[in-house]
Amino acid sequence: MEFSFTKEQLMFKKEVIRFAKKEIVPRIQEFELKKQFDFESFKKLGDFGILGLHFPEEYGGGGADVITTVLAGEALGEAGVDGGLTLAYGAHTFLCADTIFSHGTEEQRKKYIPKLASGEWIGCMGLTEPNAGSDVASMTSTAEKKGDKYILNGSKIFITNGPIADVSVVYAKTDMEKKHAGISAFIVEKGTPGFSAGTPLIKMGVCTSQTSELYLSNCEIPAENLLGKEGDGFNMSLQTVEWDRSALLAPFVGAATFMLNRCVAYAKDREQFGRKIGQFQAIKRKIANIRIFGEAARNLVYRIAWCKDQKKPLNHLEAAVAKLFVGDWSMGPSNDAVVLHGGYGYCHEYDMERIFRDSRLAPIGGGTSDIQRMIISKLI
Amino acid sequence: MKILVAAKRVTDPDMVIKVKPDGSGIELSSMSFKMNPFDEIAIEEALRIKEDKGGEVVVAGIGGDKTPTEIRYGLSMGADRGIHVNTGVDPDSDAVARILAKLLEMETPDLVFLGKQAIDVDDNQVAQLLAEYLGWPQACFASRVDIEGNKARVAREVDGGIEVKEIDLPGIISADLRLNEPRYPALPAIMKAKKKEIKQVTPADLGVDITPKVVIRKMAEPPRRKGGRLVADVAELVKLLREEARVI
Ligand SMILES: Cc1cc2nc3c(=O)[nH]c(=O)nc-3n(C[C@H](O)[C@H](O)[C@H](O)COP(=O)(O)OP(=O)(O)OC[C@H]3O[C@@H](n4cnc5c(N)ncnc54)[C@H](O)[C@@H]3O)c2cc1C
Repeated sequence: MEFSFTKEQLMFKKEVIRFAKKEIVPRIQEFELKKQFDFESFKKLGDFGILGLHFPEEYGGGGADVITTVLAGEALGEAGVDGGLTLAYGAHTFLCADTIFSHGTEEQRKKYIPKLASGEWIGCMGLTEPNAGSDVASMTSTAEKKGDKYILNGSKIFITNGPIADVSVVYAKTDMEKKHAGISAFIVEKGTPGFSAGTPLIKMGVCTSQTSELYLSNCEIPAENLLGKEGDGFNMSLQTVEWDRSALLAPFVGAATFMLNRCVAYAKDREQFGRKIGQFQAIKRKIANIRIFGEAARNLVYRIAWCKDQKKPLNHLEAAVAKLFVGDWSMGPSNDAVVLHGGYGYCHEYDMERIFRDSRLAPIGGGTSDIQRMIISKLI
Repeated sequence: MKILVAAKRVTDPDMVIKVKPDGSGIELSSMSFKMNPFDEIAIEEALRIKEDKGGEVVVAGIGGDKTPTEIRYGLSMGADRGIHVNTGVDPDSDAVARILAKLLEMETPDLVFLGKQAIDVDDNQVAQLLAEYLGWPQACFASRVDIEGNKARVAREVDGGIEVKEIDLPGIISADLRLNEPRYPALPAIMKAKKKEIKQVTPADLGVDITPKVVIRKMAEPPRRKGGRLVADVAELVKLLREEARVI
């Protein structure tokens, strides 16, 4: 097994960190406090090439492999980019654009990918419904075919980028009789009559990302906006799991390094009882814990990415372990990072409390930890 | 237009520098390195001129075995090819200028761009020495460069204003901080740079003796600042300034 990165990958990672520290990080606190999406930073991610990194160059992408794409996500976290912006990027690129790229026709690819890759358009993906979260197959949104149109009805909730998206990939049932096999995926554009988004929900963390409901009421879309075939929807949503368990988890891995660097610097600087606090065993233990979490999470996440690059079918058990580990085990170290900074850690300015709050999404979004445990125990 | 840019590998300016305990130099083992920031600006300007007028940008790195990492960075930014003059250790500014003078005989560029100084030793000499050795016109500390025909108009920030110089080409320009904002190499550019040529040359090939004319005998940390002192009133302050510090 090969555990090393190429020189070019490492150079690129360094470049992403440098870019993010200079162009994005100085803006975070302002937008975090306002709980607003930072359009300018998002566009900068597009201009730098991150939003379309893994798409082929002819679609405005960077032609990167999965490992390099994950490396970029890790680099953003390591630079200190907030979980809100990285989530917005993840939902945009992997849940929306990649679904169109992987299952769309050539016309659909040509129409949407270049603009999504550059950040000119923002994308979202609507799967979860008010009464269908973990149990996706129980969704009740419907798509009825009428001539050369589909009529969509229903509502979605917790949709990242919902209020700001130009392009939405929306899942709805074309056959209510069936469970999973009745689900289909559609592209719905902003401004389509009968399609609207709610106001942003007020959340615990990932505050710069905008999350809302999507409403579909007799929303008419051209039949060619169907992605793939009728009934393919569930499998499409499953395919995003590979990205979900690699590229979307990568910023959490990077955030562990960011916390570690901050904690080490603080422990070497802060004095109490006449000594640097880093000399106390309790502090050393916290720092070691953050490092342990980061190392283990990194290996799990890159393992999924490596398998995808090798075109190996997704190992659902490994994917569930990665998701679960980042979700549940990030709690301890991010709490340690807050406490290590004492009162300062509890304050916004020191970034640690933000990372703590942002990390609380990991055991919920894209499949809860309970569901991961269920998958793991079923597959053992 | 063919433009040659010289780029140096320097210690990362964001890192804390430590002097070796024996004073023989800087502790390099734990340092990370990057391209001299002024050289990045020089490459950026060269690339913009090329994008506007066409031509070629060549990056020359002069230094030890690791120098190609920085040359490769310049190629990722968009330069066309590289030249590495392997000097083992970093030569002094005069040797660099003499090496460049020889390289220019081979490469015959229309314009040479350098950073105004390297942020490690801060010598600020190569551009001026090189111009002297070649008898070429120089415009140092450029904050704006306009090329018109075979002339370059160069604005330089000087005390109290902007001075504009016009030089004939071929000539030598050194880049100041505000000339431009260097681009970030994107991934496709990094991958393309992998295939670009870096030619290896030695000082002997060029017939340049790099025995240093400047030798650093000893390095030492600046003395630590002592803590301040509180005075009771203005009268005492004035007395101390007058009698102890002797500044008024
Ligand atoms: C910030 C944020 C962004 C999001 N972005 C998107 C997005 O862009 N697109 C999208 O479609 N969705 C998005 N989601 C939705 C997310 O994927 C769901 O919240 C998640 O799948 C859980 O669904 P739920 O909220 O309905 O919880 P429920 O499924 O109702 O779960 C409630 C509780 O019951 C537990 N539970 C449920 N079933 C079982 C079981 N069988 N065994 C044991 N325990 C069980 C769960 O673990 C949980 O603790 C987002 C959510 C958040 C918070």
